[in-house]
Amino acid sequence: MNTFLLLFFIIWLGGWWLNVRISKFENFNLSRFIVPSLFGIVFMLMWELIVIGLTINPVLLPAPSAIAVKFSSSLDILWIDFVQTLVKGALSGYILGCGGAFLTAIAIDKFDFLKRGLLPLGNFVSALPIVGMAPIFVMWFGFDWQSKCAIVVVMVYFPMLVNSVQGLELIDPSRQDLMRTYNASYSQTLLKLRLPSAMPFIFNGLKICSTLALIGAIVAEFFGSPIKGMGFRISSEVGRFALDMVWAEIFVAAMAGCLFYGLIALIERRTTFWHPSQQK
Amino acid sequence: MGSNYKKNKVVPVTAILLLIGIFWYLVAIPMNSEKVSRQFKNLSTSEHIQKCWSLKKPKLPTPHQIVTEMVNTTFFKKVSSKRSLVYHGWITLQATLAGFFLGTLFGILLALGIVHNKAMDLSVMPWVIASQTIPILAIAPMIIVVMNSVGVTGLLPKAIISMYLSFFPVVVGMVKGLRSPDQIQLDQMKTWSASSNQILWYLRFPSSLPFLFASLKVGVAASLVGAIVGELPSGAISGLGARMLAGTYYGQTIMIWSALFAAAFLAAFLVFIIDFSQKIVLKKMAIIR
Repeated sequence: MNTFLLLFFIIWLGGWWLNVRISKFENFNLSRFIVPSLFGIVFMLMWELIVIGLTINPVLLPAPSAIAVKFSSSLDILWIDFVQTLVKGALSGYILGCGGAFLTAIAIDKFDFLKRGLLPLGNFVSALPIVGMAPIFVMWFGFDWQSKCAIVVVMVYFPMLVNSVQGLELIDPSRQDLMRTYNASYSQTLLKLRLPSAMPFIFNGLKICSTLALIGAIVAEFFGSPIKGMGFRISSEVGRFALDMVWAEIFVAAMAGCLFYGLIALIERRTTFWHPSQQK
Repeated sequence: MGSNYKKNKVVPVTAILLLIGIFWYLVAIPMNSEKVSRQFKNLSTSEHIQKCWSLKKPKLPTPHQIVTEMVNTTFFKKVSSKRSLVYHGWITLQATLAGFFLGTLFGILLALGIVHNKAMDLSVMPWVIASQTIPILAIAPMIIVVMNSVGVTGLLPKAIISMYLSFFPVVVGMVKGLRSPDQIQLDQMKTWSASSNQILWYLRFPSSLPFLFASLKVGVAASLVGAIVGELPSGAISGLGARMLAGTYYGQTIMIWSALFAAAFLAAFLVFIIDFSQKIVLKKMAIIR
């Protein structure tokens, strides 16, 4: 048995033992932070060691260190791809789609008939493999970011619509009565009561859509794109068996996804601090 | 009351579907108009519109063209034929179901571990949640190509992508569900000196079922997406995703749309089956009436 594999098992068991010990600490706040970090670090070390220890072909699985080297040496390409796919494609589509769905929700909120018709349809459409529409949009809007923006709009529209409508609908009737006793107008009730109380639902929709937007923009590039973009890079580098570059792109996508989600969660915490789900 | 509630939904949904249909036909006119004027000269307006709705490779095919294509490729082709939609749908369905089954199994096992072991809860759960924010589909091409290069082809690579996608909703839902019993109920089990196995089987597992079914519905839809996307990069020749890709290469828009509709029907069918079994199981357990 070679030393790397031996080290692999030592680190595995050692990390395991340490985590079990730490998770029994009284100080919960501390262990809640340390244990997952330790898990991540040990996982990375094990990955590195198993690749070296078993001399796995880098074409199959590059070591984390190789990925990190590739990442730092190709920052410029990664940045170009990031802007092309995530800023131009995903973000523009996300804003258009979520904004449009939100405005639609407010518009149809007054009409019970439309709501009853659109909600089941929206729920149904949310379960459909809409990503499959990507080739059609690439045909319609060309290879550049416009087609990616379009697919993201369609992907995020219905989940956002369903969440916004549900949020606007679920209002404590007594509060609505109270607004009526104040002789509040429609817009006053909407701005001061219904929108704020719909906020948790709206943020839930925004969170779900943040991942969908990234997926839509990346997958749409598999169907055709200019010679930049994360989806393009992933599919072309896979074809050349340059997996370290693929992993670097995936790392960027993962970081962007986490940051995007975290940002929305942060805004949610700041704006809906009054809601029970935000209280400890 | 119940039938009234249903009736209240059916009418608006039908009305909106009808509106969408009319809108579709109207939009098809300007979208295909350019192509028609290029192919035909001196058409009267009504002839022009008719041509817009019956082009062979339209920019936007009309619903009746798609339905005709679907009926043709579903009922009038041999099931084993490469041109049959049933054949392609079956290939995709196999990968979806295999991945869904594996994903559910792994998800439940991991959730059991997380609920019963505090160290595992603390180490794994944050990563599971973080991984939901990652566009996992981006790694689909890599999984396919890497597995192909070690000699694993066909169903399994696609099933692994499906598994990956359906696994997370199940973990998150099951952890929530297994933790849903109140402290009072847990205390009650303890006063009966129930073992943790008994608590699991008689309390935690039954009360997690509504959560499990909700996750399964999300998971099966995600599985289908995974199987379809898994067919894209490998140059696969069969499956609904491969059909979409072939349609893109040859400009066969009707083919893309019919594959898309087939995928939509498949998704609806799978979600319906789970919804149906949910109703039966939960009714038997008297969780819903």
